[in-house]
Amino acid sequence: MNQMLEVRNLSKIHGRGCPRCFDSTGPDMDTNICAHCGSVVAAHGVSFDLRAGEILGIMGESGSGKSTLVKTLFFDETPTVGEVLFFDGERQWDLFALNAAEQRWLRNHRFGMVYQNPHLGLNFKVSAGGNIAERLLMSDLSHYGEIRERARRLLARTEVLPERMDESPKKFSGGMQQRVQIAKALATQPPLLFLDEVTTGLDLSVQARILDLILEIQQELGTAMIVVTHDLGVIRLLAGRTIVMKYGRVIESGLTDQILEDPQHAYTQRLVASSL
Amino acid sequence: MGYVAIKGGGRAIEGAAGAAEALRAAEGEDGRPLTLAAIEHQLRLLTSRVVSEGGLYHPRLAALALKQMQGDTLEAAFALRAYRSTKPRLLETPVQDTGRMRLIRRISSAFKDIPDGQMLGPTFDYALRLMRFDLAGESPETFRGIARRFLSQVPETDLPDTFPKVVDALRAEGLLPPAGQPREPAFDITREPLVFPVPRSAALATMARAETGSLLAIAYSNMRGYGDVHPTIAELRVGSLPVMLPHPVTGEPTEAGEVLMTECEVVAMYEEQGSSSVAGGRKPGATEDEGESGGPPVFTLGYGACFGHNETKAISMAILDRALQKGMRDGPSNPSEDPEFVLLHVDGVDSMGFANHYKMPHYVTFQSDMDRLRTTRTKAGGKAAGRNDEGVQS
Amino acid sequence: MNPGYELPQNEAGYSFGFLDEYAKREVRRTVLKAICIPGYQTPYASREMPMGRGFGTGGLQVTLSLVGPGDTVKVIDQGADDSVNAVNLRKFIELTCPHVDTTEHTRDATLIQSRHRVPEMPLTEAQVLVLQVPYPDPLVVVEPSEARRKTMHGEGDYSRLLTKLYEDIVQFDEITISHRYPTRINGHYVIDPSPIPRYDVPQLHQNRALILLGAGREKKIYAVPPYSQADPLAFDDVPFRTEDFTDEYGRRRACARCGAIDSFLDELIDDDGARIWQCSDSDYCNERLAAAGKQEVARA
Repeated sequence: MNQMLEVRNLSKIHGRGCPRCFDSTGPDMDTNICAHCGSVVAAHGVSFDLRAGEILGIMGESGSGKSTLVKTLFFDETPTVGEVLFFDGERQWDLFALNAAEQRWLRNHRFGMVYQNPHLGLNFKVSAGGNIAERLLMSDLSHYGEIRERARRLLARTEVLPERMDESPKKFSGGMQQRVQIAKALATQPPLLFLDEVTTGLDLSVQARILDLILEIQQELGTAMIVVTHDLGVIRLLAGRTIVMKYGRVIESGLTDQILEDPQHAYTQRLVASSL
Repeated sequence: MGYVAIKGGGRAIEGAAGAAEALRAAEGEDGRPLTLAAIEHQLRLLTSRVVSEGGLYHPRLAALALKQMQGDTLEAAFALRAYRSTKPRLLETPVQDTGRMRLIRRISSAFKDIPDGQMLGPTFDYALRLMRFDLAGESPETFRGIARRFLSQVPETDLPDTFPKVVDALRAEGLLPPAGQPREPAFDITREPLVFPVPRSAALATMARAETGSLLAIAYSNMRGYGDVHPTIAELRVGSLPVMLPHPVTGEPTEAGEVLMTECEVVAMYEEQGSSSVAGGRKPGATEDEGESGGPPVFTLGYGACFGHNETKAISMAILDRALQKGMRDGPSNPSEDPEFVLLHVDGVDSMGFANHYKMPHYVTFQSDMDRLRTTRTKAGGKAAGRNDEGVQS
Repeated sequence: MNPGYELPQNEAGYSFGFLDEYAKREVRRTVLKAICIPGYQTPYASREMPMGRGFGTGGLQVTLSLVGPGDTVKVIDQGADDSVNAVNLRKFIELTCPHVDTTEHTRDATLIQSRHRVPEMPLTEAQVLVLQVPYPDPLVVVEPSEARRKTMHGEGDYSRLLTKLYEDIVQFDEITISHRYPTRINGHYVIDPSPIPRYDVPQLHQNRALILLGAGREKKIYAVPPYSQADPLAFDDVPFRTEDFTDEYGRRRACARCGAIDSFLDELIDDDGARIWQCSDSDYCNERLAAAGKQEVARA
């Protein structure tokens, strides 16, 4: 399969940072807070590859830096150092060397994001259809009827009742809100989707149906995905390959089956054991 | 019929001016015109507001503006500003040392005793707000003797020329970061528009001529809980500052005059950075200092200063300065920390002008509004009620 | 306070055009920049004028900075020369700009300052139209932060504004923006064309005159240079529409005074409670009457 994303040596420090930040944080130090300057090392030296159409899982507990990682890739946050190449057909984008307008273009046209908190991904002041329209309008579609039709189809695909498309997502259940987010993320048919704890906090039955939906979409459209979660069940179901993070570092990576059957790192072993 | 819409504007304006002027003199034969000196001195706090909000230190002109605008501080400050627009900027004022102020009042709520002592000075802080009915029929003779009698009782030797600043003592102890040298020239809000983000000097200048009530309202929101400055007043001082300007020939700093001003410095803790940006959070109790490189925690300073004697304004400004510094650093988490929110809404001339402009004719826009409303109503009720054009109230 | 202050002796000693020369020069530089970047809200250090913010101080600063001896100025408000605010501004210009003529005739003016209307009579290359602006930024309805709006303008990101139009159609089957209709200039910046009615927006397109928009309180100047493209935001299948002046029989209403059926009309309620319509542009109405050589048309 073709290479889609090449993440090299990505680091993110919240706070002022100091020369001793990296040495004084990480799994071995059992913290992500630098004892010398109080900065938080959310991620350090993270490298991985993603191939077209693949689902990569990023697993870790809160504070592991897994959310920071996808937010950085989606340009919600700026990395402290690191390089990411995005291979998009003939084009190759050096993500953090782009200007703001190019980054915005990629966000709108080539990437999609589904947040754990629907408030981050949806504008609750406009209707569900309007949320999708906003993304379509960013890609210069200017025919009202066509926008509406596309929004209706996307909502239908993600199993949101079309007759509710003119309501605010504020009135929707948590599961429905995630479906609207997924529809919105898919609106411009991006080849790469980021999913950040999308099923956390939902009922188990709702979780299962959303995970099914994600799998179906991946199979239908061949969308590559990075799935961030603390839930081994989600990883087991969705991800072909997985990386495990703790205190901002990658401590283990490989095929998901391998990691779940035969975890090498003590931390992963504990995670796997605790979920059995 | 004639052209009914808006004729006779010119005559109406003249009539309005005449009517307002007549009300000013409504006392009739018994009335005596206010003298500018009486306004400047007897209504000194009113004059103070106008010089400060007008951004022009000219108490006598402020008194005239108050007289002309019949006591409206917003209008008076506005007149002073418009007058200022006609004057070129001759030079940039160099940094003035407020340690050289000749004080009439200075207090600190941080320390029981401060170098050279507290001086309560002229204040109503501890006065009982009971109506003084004796003032109602005050005789000119008594009035004229008040200041003389007061001064005769004050021993002249009591007052030093200047007082050291309380924050200097805190700095000497290392509890406040050392006063930095200005890295760039002060932002001149009368010559440059505010384009955000703006430097702190632009924020200070904007607040220094802000409308007192607006500044107070936003600062109060911070005090009440939409914010967390928790200030302590290190020093509040009121007095005359000798203004040093470069001599036009020699370039030497020369005292060009003095301005009455109020200055307030509040100290506050920096709270921990908070969990805003990090999933993992931080250890509770970890503090963030403002120092250059990871030194021990220090207090931080909020600064307020304005022309005239206006303590409410200086305190409000100091609190907002501290709140805005936090907002500029960490991003605002409430209105008082948001530079745009604070700085674009505290100017009295801007806000009062806009509030009042709604009194002007808006016929054309209202016609457009009616057109939209009728169309949408027609579409909404079209099938049921048929044409509904006359049903719209106008 | 300091004793010995003296009041300025020469109270009428204002310079030509009220503002000091540095201020006028700054406004002119801003105007030049605004013309170079059509539709871009150019910040400037707006000065306080002796009339209220919101009463046209932005337009007035532009007018006073551009006007010179030999110019003829026309001031209108709601289309009329004799509206209180127009009278006030015109008197101020007459007071502070000796040797500048004022006129009520659109065709005679070199500089036209207006609030809420574009004159009906087509303008010429020799004319400058200055519009007074209360809210310069069309994005303010979707984004309160000026810093973020600036980025959105820079990137040409108007999707949230277009989403508002989408939502309008969903809810009302119509775009409900009545005036201040967001209009894209030369394919990039979307401007708030000031509170002119939608009826006037097409006049911005390929106009022969230079159109300058001044926002005094918000401290911005922007321009629609001559022969600029001006496209009101709309959808391909839901076009921009101007105010509807057809009556219940589907006929275009006419001005009750001059009979015009091609002008923006004010709706009035006369003493008997009946509705009548007449030209909002008083000069246009008067010109038509004069040309027809009659006083007024009979009321229907």
